[in-house]
Amino acid sequence: MPHDHHDHDDPHALLPPDPALRVRALETLLARKGLIDPAALDEIIDIYQNRIGPRNGAQVVARAWADPAFREALLQDATPVVADLGFFGRQGEHVVAVENTEEVHNMVVCTLCSCYPWPLLGIPPAWYKSDAYRARAVREPRKVLADFGVALLEQTAVRVWDSSAEVRYLVIPRRPEGTGGMGVDELAKLVTRDSMIGTGLALEPGQ
Amino acid sequence: MTRVHDMGGRFGDGPVDPGAPDDPLYAEAWHARALAVTLASGALGQWNLDMSRRARESLPPKEYASFSYYEKWVAAVADLLVETGVVTRDELATAAADESVPSGETGRREAHPLAARALRAENVAAALAKGSPVNRRFDGTPAFAAGQAVRTVRPAANRMVDGGHTRLPIYAAGATGRVLRCHGAHVFPDAHAHGLGEAPEPLYTVVFPAGELWAHPENPRDEVTLDLWQSYLEPA
Repeated sequence: MPHDHHDHDDPHALLPPDPALRVRALETLLARKGLIDPAALDEIIDIYQNRIGPRNGAQVVARAWADPAFREALLQDATPVVADLGFFGRQGEHVVAVENTEEVHNMVVCTLCSCYPWPLLGIPPAWYKSDAYRARAVREPRKVLADFGVALLEQTAVRVWDSSAEVRYLVIPRRPEGTGGMGVDELAKLVTRDSMIGTGLALEPGQ
Repeated sequence: MTRVHDMGGRFGDGPVDPGAPDDPLYAEAWHARALAVTLASGALGQWNLDMSRRARESLPPKEYASFSYYEKWVAAVADLLVETGVVTRDELATAAADESVPSGETGRREAHPLAARALRAENVAAALAKGSPVNRRFDGTPAFAAGQAVRTVRPAANRMVDGGHTRLPIYAAGATGRVLRCHGAHVFPDAHAHGLGEAPEPLYTVVFPAGELWAHPENPRDEVTLDLWQSYLEPA
């Protein structure tokens, strides 16, 4: 059987140990060879800074709250539904939406790396990528929720989705009380990033 | 055969720091640059996402544990660039000596056979929006159906490459669950991460009772789901 050879003289060790210098050395080398375009790097950064982020997912959730047919289609097969809204692409090619209810609270983690639905939520926050979250979310989700200040009713079961493949999960948080008359844009403002990962709840009106 | 990245269920990590809602997207400016260099290097088409994950989790355990998130990415890109022959070790070492060159200043240009494939600024949005779907046609019959009881194989290990990439976490090895959802066939990372082709297999979401995985579950009604390829599973 072949072995996954591990070279103890790893190429990356040839680069400067300081991470900022390490990135710069790599960028300079690749740019000099014409393999990366520094303007393309600026564009990638700008897209995830300013154009793709949790506001996308919040629009999906708000529509699911406001429109029963949309909600039904989303829970059935989310990928084409969110793609119709323009939310498709890298790290969001296969999407499943899961809905929180009084009976079940959904929460998403990637224990093996940090898989996350980029087109819907953008680049993951630092805590999502932390060892503590990756290690603990599957074994003690209620204690992790307590770290976020979230307490569930005892009768609510927790279902943790460890995204081990290319399926990306979007949590539909419970719609807050007192939001009956609100339109989609107003509702979307109540939908936080963490509520769509399952480590938070949607905001109450005025919160 | 365990790897340091496979940390689900591990004890001793302490509390999760949820940060603040207005925290910047990147704690350091170089984090953004590291993300962009990684994506732009990947666009050269010399490796796939499974190989990237394999490269990150193959870092020596001491480095994996001490590197920050984007340090792992940068180290993996450097290793992949050499592994796939895009740059040589000597060139990396020289780049280190040239670190005083300001970011973005390209200096002299050298023709590289892959330069025509470099991602241009005007194509970035379209490339990100296109993504890389991994669902594939599968002519066989899936072995399992929704509702069926299944058991994961044990040990959790790549069956083709000893110590190789796999996506069955150790905490779920030998556990019995129930198929919740069938996703059709997806590219198989255990093969794809090692250049052994796409080898698509049916993919299932399997749900496990917490008591099947942990000695002291917080609540007996809690559950964990995993997305698992067919060859990770057997009938229960």
